[in-house]
Amino acid sequence: MHETSAELRDQIRALMVETLMLQVTAAEIGDDQPLFGPDSLGLDSVDALQLVVALDKNFGLKVSDQDTARKVLASVNSIANAVAAHTKPA
Amino acid sequence: MRVTLITGGNGGLGLATAHRFLQDPESRVWLGVRSHRERAEALRAEHPERCSLVSLEVTEPAAWKDAVASILAACGQLDVLVNNAGTHDDALLGTMSPDVWSRVVSTNLDSVFHGCQAVLPTLISQRRGRIVNVSSLSALLAPAGQTNYAAAKAGVIALTQSLAKEVARLQITVNAVCPGYIDTEALSKMPPEKRSAMVGQIPARRLGRPEEVAAAIHFLASPEASYITGSVLKVDGGIL
Repeated sequence: MHETSAELRDQIRALMVETLMLQVTAAEIGDDQPLFGPDSLGLDSVDALQLVVALDKNFGLKVSDQDTARKVLASVNSIANAVAAHTKPA
Repeated sequence: MRVTLITGGNGGLGLATAHRFLQDPESRVWLGVRSHRERAEALRAEHPERCSLVSLEVTEPAAWKDAVASILAACGQLDVLVNNAGTHDDALLGTMSPDVWSRVVSTNLDSVFHGCQAVLPTLISQRRGRIVNVSSLSALLAPAGQTNYAAAKAGVIALTQSLAKEVARLQITVNAVCPGYIDTEALSKMPPEKRSAMVGQIPARRLGRPEEVAAAIHFLASPEASYITGSVLKVDGGIL
């Protein structure tokens, strides 16, 4: 687990709202709110595909298989962790 | 500017499609080619500013990655992919070697998968794009001796329809054309009596011209076709 800044999490929220054309504001998306499944933000597989492309384009983070995608795209926090791990190797 | 990549860029249908796209002054065309590229080179010489060649072995994911990177480096965008490269090697199933099966399926079907996967991140980022896959009438009316080719081309239709649903809301359309008997180099080697018998099966009483298939591809790739996706357009003179 890497420490992630509030700034990075806000950046990811903003990216999600813009890329996925969400009908919620960035401030309404919680750090640990599930993105997929019941009681989640309600994203689907096409959103996931767009997020994968956007994370590569904006952070150079490559999510190349489904298992990794499931872990990385779980929440804003998990995405921020993956981006932080990618940009600041341990 | 509208940037199009056409695979099988040295073949009759690929070249006819390139000609059609190049009629649009804003069109920039990239022809995916392998070692045989003489005719593609000639087309590039006619349109040096708007037509380019890119080496592309369509069955190799790495080759696709390099080709798309080259196009993006030069043009900064990629709007249309025409998956046209294909091959056939006919034999009755009982005598068809596994190698012949695999090669034909790989060139006709795997290539479409690799191509779509290679361009999708760009089309998604752009939130626009067109993919036109060249299937075949054999996918719908499978003749004897083409289990490999017909199965692969039917797979292209299924891939087209499934992918169309996946990306429809991203303003990306995915469609297929099914050419029937088209007067290309493949048919020109056919004995005259066999050719006449073939024409006899076509309600239009003639072979199709490559430019007639090219026109269908061009339409499906156009901005006007924005609400057409997952469609299969036959270009066959009324056979089916």
